[in-house]
Amino acid sequence: MIHVLAFYLFAAFVVASGALTIFARNPVHSVLWLILAFFNAAGLMLMLGAEFIAMLLVIVYVGAVAVLFLFVVMMLDIDFAELRAGFVEYLPFGVLIGLILLAEIVFGAAAWKAGPLQLANRAAPIGHEAPNIEQIGTLLYTRYIFLFEAAGLVLLVALIGAIVLTHRTRGGVRGQNIDKQNRRRPQDAVRNINQPTGQGVEL
Amino acid sequence: MIGLVHYLIVSATLFMLGVLGIFINRKNIIIILMSIELILLSVNINLVAFSAFLGDLVGQVFSMFVLTVAAGEAAIGLAILVIYFRARGTIAVDDVNRMKG
Repeated sequence: MIHVLAFYLFAAFVVASGALTIFARNPVHSVLWLILAFFNAAGLMLMLGAEFIAMLLVIVYVGAVAVLFLFVVMMLDIDFAELRAGFVEYLPFGVLIGLILLAEIVFGAAAWKAGPLQLANRAAPIGHEAPNIEQIGTLLYTRYIFLFEAAGLVLLVALIGAIVLTHRTRGGVRGQNIDKQNRRRPQDAVRNINQPTGQGVEL
Repeated sequence: MIGLVHYLIVSATLFMLGVLGIFINRKNIIIILMSIELILLSVNINLVAFSAFLGDLVGQVFSMFVLTVAAGEAAIGLAILVIYFRARGTIAVDDVNRMKG
């Protein structure tokens, strides 16, 4: 009973906050609704027994991606009222596309006829002797080690790419040039003169 | 009892909301990126639901890779957005095609 109740609670919150994400007037509110959607999706995945993915959603999506969105929305000085200008104009078109997608999904689900499930052919059956995270770790570090490293490479490329794209060298900044400082000799910098009285000094 | 179909309906609804968000917020690229995140989230729910109901762990491993790509995509997309804003002073995507490539 509590299981059914929790499912409908999480599902309703995911769908409602997903809708509010795309309909909210203020992009900051959009990001906050997106965070709520991620939290509730994590709840759904906990109910499915995928604890690792649920925690990953909370940490990666809420902790990194959504905060990155929030940072960019707040950093850029954007006139959001102007960007919403075509909202009503595009709405019928968007609803039409959505209805076409819905019709296709219903059509596909009605026409879908699966053969008997060959459960013996599962690639990695879920056991009950070890917790979910341990099983995923065992799988990830043995059979899918190359895919795992490829995922790490993707993240590395994204990291370097984001830095290269947004980095800019500022002009007019007086930095310290240690090499130039060390090469400087006293005879280049200091000059002894015998200055006569009453005449201007030439520096 | 909650079955596989319930999760698939939630996932399909979320997917459609994401597609709708792309079409109705055509000028605001930040909302478009958030809609893409919603679509990827619905795909993840789909993968994990099938993984749980078929008793196969590979779906969850694949879901983790989808999550990785989503994080990379958000980082690169927002970086491009920031340099575009720096150069043009606006993020309206209507006139991005000025290079006529």
